[in-house]
This record gives sequence, structure tokens and C-alpha cells, in this order.
Amino acid sequence: MSIKTPTKPKTVFRGTLYRGHEGMWSWVLHRITGIAIYFFLLVHVLDTATVRLDPELYNAVMASYKTPIMGLGEAALVAAIVFHAFNGLRIILVDMTAWASRHHRALFYGVLVLWAVVMIAFLPRHLMHVFGG
Amino acid sequence: MKFFRFDRLAWIFMRVSGFLLIGLIFTHLIVNLMQDGGVKAIDFAFVAGKLANPFWQWFDVTLLWLALIHGSNGMRVVIDDYVYRTGVKRFLLVSLVISTTTLIVLGTLVIFTLNPCPVGSPADLLPSFCAAG
Repeated sequence: MSIKTPTKPKTVFRGTLYRGHEGMWSWVLHRITGIAIYFFLLVHVLDTATVRLDPELYNAVMASYKTPIMGLGEAALVAAIVFHAFNGLRIILVDMTAWASRHHRALFYGVLVLWAVVMIAFLPRHLMHVFGG
Repeated sequence: MKFFRFDRLAWIFMRVSGFLLIGLIFTHLIVNLMQDGGVKAIDFAFVAGKLANPFWQWFDVTLLWLALIHGSNGMRVVIDDYVYRTGVKRFLLVSLVISTTTLIVLGTLVIFTLNPCPVGSPADLLPSFCAAG
């Protein structure tokens, strides 16, 4: 009777990435964009509420949204919203249909393509508003 | 009763409200950031002019409620995922309920009580229809 010698565990740790595939990135990006949009929403309801107080006050508050830095922030906000929207549709489809859960990876690339198309339509116009005269 | 369990209702709400929010927010962004002068055209006259129309009042109040409940439920899930200490978790959840309720009440009041032609404000800051009266 021989004694089994303990063998080294075969598990190989590759950094801290959880799987690191499309599903993970979809989840991570959905969470990050969601949290970012939420905190903007809190500020946005408050800044819009000043419209009830005084026209000049509201215009002064809105002026802070029209600076170049805030203009870039608005571009990032829209990028986050558009991703969250299309990726949310992907989540609904994957939950509801067997077809979508089989093709969830392809759908994630579809989300990225749709996101890029909408951003290409939005960005030039928005940046012209912000930086053009 | 299992069918009406809170987490199940929340899960359904996220999908239904998420779907509706796509239409509401994309419309909101097109009207406020893309049409006419984009972000630079947003001022008291623009907002008061929009909110003088019942369509935009109900549109905005639907957007306000759905976005805040969708967003705060998302934050509830995030808190559940990352905060283990009971005291901290309770503090965050109570803060979340209070801030969400406050913003929903505040925003709803602003939308339905805004006077588009406040007395004593310079006429050039007000919507053009104020001059007629």
C-alpha cells in the first residue's frame, strides 16, 4: 500500500479578473455606468428645481453646464446612458429568450456597435454646440 | 406569498421601467441636447415654455419617477452586494429611501407648480407668450 503524495493544485490564478469575457464586461460596465448616471440624476433634479425659485438663478446655474469641461462631461454622461440603455435591452433579451442567451456574446458586440453609431450621430452636434461660437 | 415577493417585483420593475426609460430619456436628450442650440439653449424661458404644456409636464413627471425609482433600486442592489456591516448597510439604505423620496416630491412639486411668467422678472428672461398677457 503506497501513500499518495500530495500533488500541487492545478488551479492557475491569472490576476484578479473574474473570467474576463464579454459577460463580465457587460456586467461591470452596466454597474459603473448605472452608478455614474444615478449620481448625475441626483444633482440634475436639484439644479432643475432652482427653476421654481427665480429665472436669473436658474440661468446662472445652467451657465455652469455650458462650459467646455462640463460639455465634455455631458458627452461622457450621454455615452454612459446610451451604453446602459442598449446593454439593458440585451439583458432583457437574454432573460426572456433562449436564442438571446445562446448568442449573448454576439449581442454584446451588437451593443457596442449600436453605441458607437449613436455616439457618432450625437458627438459632432453636441461638441459644435459646446465649442462652436 | 411567493408570487409578489419584493425582489421578484423589483426584478420585473427594473426591466419594464428600463424599457420605458430608453424612450423617455432618448427623447429628453434629443429635445434638450440636440435640437436648436443644444445645451446652450437651455434657460428659464426654454424650461418654463416646455412645462407650460401638459404633455411635457406628464412626460417629465413620468421620467422623474421612473428614473429615480430605477436608479435607487439599482443602488440598493449595489449596496446589498458590497456592504456587509449591518449598521452601515442600514444607514445607507435609509439615506437612499430619504433622498429618493425627497427628490421625487421636490421634482413633482416643481413640475406642477412652476409659474412660467413670474411677476417682476425681466421680460427677456421669460417665455415669449408671457408678453401677450
